[in-house]
Amino acid sequence: MIKLKNIEKVYRTSTIETLALNEINLEVGKGEFLSIMGPSGCGKSTLLNIMGLLDEPSKGEITVDNETISGFSDKKLAHFRNQKLGFIFQSYHLINDLPVLDNVELPLLYRSSSASERTQLATEALQKVGLSNRMKHYPTQLSGGQKQRVAIARAIVGRPEIILADEPTGNLDSAMGNEIMDILINLNKNDGTTIVMVTHDENMAKKTNRLVRLFDGTQVM
Amino acid sequence: MLKNYLKITFAVLKRRKFFTFISLFGISFTLLVLVVITSFLDHLVSAGYPELNRDRSLYIEKMLQQDTTQNGSRSGPVSMYFIQNYVLKMTTPEMIGFASYPNTINAYANQNKVKLMYKYTDGNFWDITSFDFIEGKPFTKQNIDNNDYVMVINDDTRDKYFGKGVSAVGKTMELDNVNYRIIGVVRGCPVTRIYVASDVYLPYNTAKRDQTKKDLNGNYLVFLLAKSSGDFPKIKAEFQSIMSKVPIGSEEKWFKPNKIASTADTYVGSFLSQFTHSDGDTKKQYLYMALIGFALLFMSLPAINLVNVNISRIMERASEIGIRKAFGASSKVLTYQFITENIILTLIGGVIALILSVGVIYFINTSGMINYADLTINWKVFVVAILVSLVFGLLSGVYPAWRMSRLQVVTALRGGE
Repeated sequence: MIKLKNIEKVYRTSTIETLALNEINLEVGKGEFLSIMGPSGCGKSTLLNIMGLLDEPSKGEITVDNETISGFSDKKLAHFRNQKLGFIFQSYHLINDLPVLDNVELPLLYRSSSASERTQLATEALQKVGLSNRMKHYPTQLSGGQKQRVAIARAIVGRPEIILADEPTGNLDSAMGNEIMDILINLNKNDGTTIVMVTHDENMAKKTNRLVRLFDGTQVM
Repeated sequence: MLKNYLKITFAVLKRRKFFTFISLFGISFTLLVLVVITSFLDHLVSAGYPELNRDRSLYIEKMLQQDTTQNGSRSGPVSMYFIQNYVLKMTTPEMIGFASYPNTINAYANQNKVKLMYKYTDGNFWDITSFDFIEGKPFTKQNIDNNDYVMVINDDTRDKYFGKGVSAVGKTMELDNVNYRIIGVVRGCPVTRIYVASDVYLPYNTAKRDQTKKDLNGNYLVFLLAKSSGDFPKIKAEFQSIMSKVPIGSEEKWFKPNKIASTADTYVGSFLSQFTHSDGDTKKQYLYMALIGFALLFMSLPAINLVNVNISRIMERASEIGIRKAFGASSKVLTYQFITENIILTLIGGVIALILSVGVIYFINTSGMINYADLTINWKVFVVAILVSLVFGLLSGVYPAWRMSRLQVVTALRGGE
């Protein structure tokens, strides 16, 4: 489903060149739940961002669903992200100015769906994460766990084939973390969604199908 | 999509109240000033009560006499001598009238001193202008030929002199030790219509000043009423032909002019002759170009301010931009969003400006700052100003949107740093 070939990422400033990812070759299969682990600064998030087409590699090739991404126009890239990918971030990244329902509807705004269709799908997604009673609340009125559940609802509302989660339980206590993890496992098992998750937590990683470890930008396992 | 844009726009406007205030203040204040200034200019220049025939009138308001050998010159209103011996001989205008420039005089009403503006006119003045007579009638050529000491006053003078609403026709008023019989009361007009505004109108032959003096400069302004503005070239040509026959020279010992110049010009042209010596059409062009230049320059200020504010806001909203991009918004869609926000902001500014303009104009009209002021909003200017603001709004949204579209999603998510 996702194929990374010889991926390299170099950050350059006027004085320093930092190699964040070095020769990464990775394949994620359809319906797989993969976790990426490694110490801070080892390039886990960079790798996830590249897989999610949020960042460009300095070298290498990305293929998603047999389509090679390099050379995609801004419009095509946006469409591709919208149709195929869903994101969950450690710091939720909700738009605080919009109520929960509008936050969840966001990916659907960039599709040709009617307002009633958007509301229906967003309501269903919120029901799935157990937050249908918070639709009119604003993100600032929610707890961390609730915010992350809104973020999951937003990630799944467009029914993407792949969900990329960057430390989704990183800001939550263990009970809340487990709840979030259960939702992700359900999505993977019941809906067949492919999930790639970056985590620090060994226990969470154990719940996934496969574990990839990074160290100093290199894949060690 | 638009509903979402609107929601986010109002949320952003509410979030940074100070920025919103600065932006809205910039837009609305600029539009307000522009609308009030144009309304005032409109008031000065366009045909309005009682000069409803201004569009088909030419004015002779100045005579220039020059002594090119001594570098001496004299310029000012024309004399009665010039009017009677030359101007009144013209045949192309439909009607010729004249009036003096206003002077002030003190009158006493119930032992209270009342300062009045007075003007000498001929009988045609009343036919060329369109004063509303509240009571009585204007004086005519017959009154002048009969040497009648009659006068027309405005309602404000009547109220001050005789009491509010009290009938004045038939009563007398003493001015400069001369008793005049009031034969008409007109609805007054704003002092900004300087060619016709006055408190008191007197027949020109009652002036104490020697009007037979053989000099080209005096204290009068001539109105040449054409059948239509299409006759202007014919009238101007006839006037220049007459001018060429006017003998040059003076009886004065120290001033010997060898060149004279005077023009029959439109109101705008004669109004602007205070500032320039070029002909009427060129003056008009200068005026319009200067006004458009001023308006554009003036309106570019809030536009620059908006660009600045928008650039500041973009960094603050980088994370939101990143989120939207991550979930499928293209740079083009986000550009539309920014532009929509700016258009909404501009329109709100326009509405505020309109409300304020109505308030300010109402205040000017009712405060008595300008007696009889009848300023109105020039809708054409307002609509053009709103459109220009919208263009600036668009431009000020495009640049930040372009900068934003260059951000990598991951950079935007980190806050644009």
